[in-house]
Amino acid sequence: MRKRNGFSNLYLVLVFAVLYAPIVYLMYYSFNSGGTMHKFEGFTLEYYREVVQDSRLIIIVINTLVIALLSSAIATVIATIGALAIHRVRSRRAKNSLLSLNNVLIVSPDVIIGASFLILFTIVGIKLGFMSVLLSHVAFSIPIAVLMILPHLQEMSPTLTDAARDLGASRRDVLTKVILPIIKPGIFSGFFMALTYSLDDFAVTFFVTGNGYSTLSVEIYSRARQGVSLSINALSTLIFLFTILLVVGYYFLTTRKNRTATPVTEPVAEAGVPR
Amino acid sequence: MNNKGRSFYLIPYYLWIALFVIAPVFLVIYYSLFDLDGHLTLDNYVNFFTPVYLKMTLTSFWYAFLITIFSLLVAYPAAYLLTRTKHKQLWLLLIILPTWINLLLKTYAFIGIFGTFGPINNLFDVLGIGEQQILFTGFSFVFVSVYIFIPFMILPIFSALEELNLSLLDAARDLGASGWTTFRRVVFPLTISGVRSGCMAVFIPALSLFMITRLIAGSRVITLGTAIEQHFLVTQDWGMGSTVAVFLIAIMALFMILWGGARKGVQR
Repeated sequence: MRKRNGFSNLYLVLVFAVLYAPIVYLMYYSFNSGGTMHKFEGFTLEYYREVVQDSRLIIIVINTLVIALLSSAIATVIATIGALAIHRVRSRRAKNSLLSLNNVLIVSPDVIIGASFLILFTIVGIKLGFMSVLLSHVAFSIPIAVLMILPHLQEMSPTLTDAARDLGASRRDVLTKVILPIIKPGIFSGFFMALTYSLDDFAVTFFVTGNGYSTLSVEIYSRARQGVSLSINALSTLIFLFTILLVVGYYFLTTRKNRTATPVTEPVAEAGVPR
Repeated sequence: MNNKGRSFYLIPYYLWIALFVIAPVFLVIYYSLFDLDGHLTLDNYVNFFTPVYLKMTLTSFWYAFLITIFSLLVAYPAAYLLTRTKHKQLWLLLIILPTWINLLLKTYAFIGIFGTFGPINNLFDVLGIGEQQILFTGFSFVFVSVYIFIPFMILPIFSALEELNLSLLDAARDLGASGWTTFRRVVFPLTISGVRSGCMAVFIPALSLFMITRLIAGSRVITLGTAIEQHFLVTQDWGMGSTVAVFLIAIMALFMILWGGARKGVQR
């Protein structure tokens, strides 16, 4: 037994090492004064200065954040409505088909989402740029947010709304004073998932972005295609630190909000599709 | 119920389904019927059944298959061992953390690692194998993709393993089953649902990757994903691109139906 433990620990350590090696590698060479990703010559912060002074890059970062925050806010509102809509449906069959429709965008590959949205925007006549990117981010964030909110609605005891109605609450009051406060944790995690989806997306944005407007991942792609440039390394180090900050923040938020509920892992596994 | 008039607040959601879920599929099908000059033809479909595209489809499937199999082979033991550790949630969070980093950045890291002067080639040098061209090969494409997808394979398998009743293992051992028999006859069949959703989560995106293909495999590997991207954004032949997309959608739908059917069969 003991022997197997040693071996299995080694395997796990190896998996973790491989998972983190590229990230550490990127961060390590962001300090390389040699300018390449293979020979470390000396410590420098030059590439960080380059990143901070690159006004085009700063604008792109702001674009990305604006799109992420705005799209996840809109998506969460629509997703809350969607969860209510799915919850209202009584027949099991209709509910299942509505859910399948909801999940179509989660399981379809990004390339197809991107290509079909590109056709859609061209036909409708929406100019490619801020608006098209925003709309598509809203569109693909909705289903995951719905999936995060729905379980909270289903857990809610129907007697609560009945009681509220009996006590004379209007429909509007039932919604704003009973239902919404109960599903608030779900709405929060839905918003958060939408945020990560939006920040992480590359393929869909790449299709609908057009000329002149760019988000961070599209910019990284076009720079990476031109070869190695250490300012990308510096940028990714900053992004990594920011991500860790977000994860830690989210972790504390959720564990404090509902200790008993299932942790972060479930929806991520559910979502499955990397963006 | 008299809520007919009050359900208008549900409109945005149904509008979203109509505009962004149903309409795009029909638009893709519609566009696949036009050639470059805007004439209504079936030429694109005829084109698709030429060796060029059929070979591309086969390559796509072959690579997606390889990626899925290798991810499974690495992820299953890892997930199994993870359920046996202390502080499970912390380790799991550490598995998830890399997925929060943009996959382009991770792919970009491999450009350096696999490069001519990168650490892997240095290692080869030390071992006496000599420098190898690793970047822009099928191998590097599969490796990087497996690297990207592994967390998505581990998570569903992990949750399936978590639900496994441990007394079943004791029972199997008491009845004289060896470790391998227990795994083959008890553990694996009971966690097949996790394996299945993991494979789904890997196979479908793997079929349509295009950025990893472009950055890591160069023009060596052309998949359906790269073909769609090429047609839409480079050659502007939306008709042909849509045709490839229609096939990809059809193949996926087929897989999902088969998959769903198999799942029902298991659950009974």
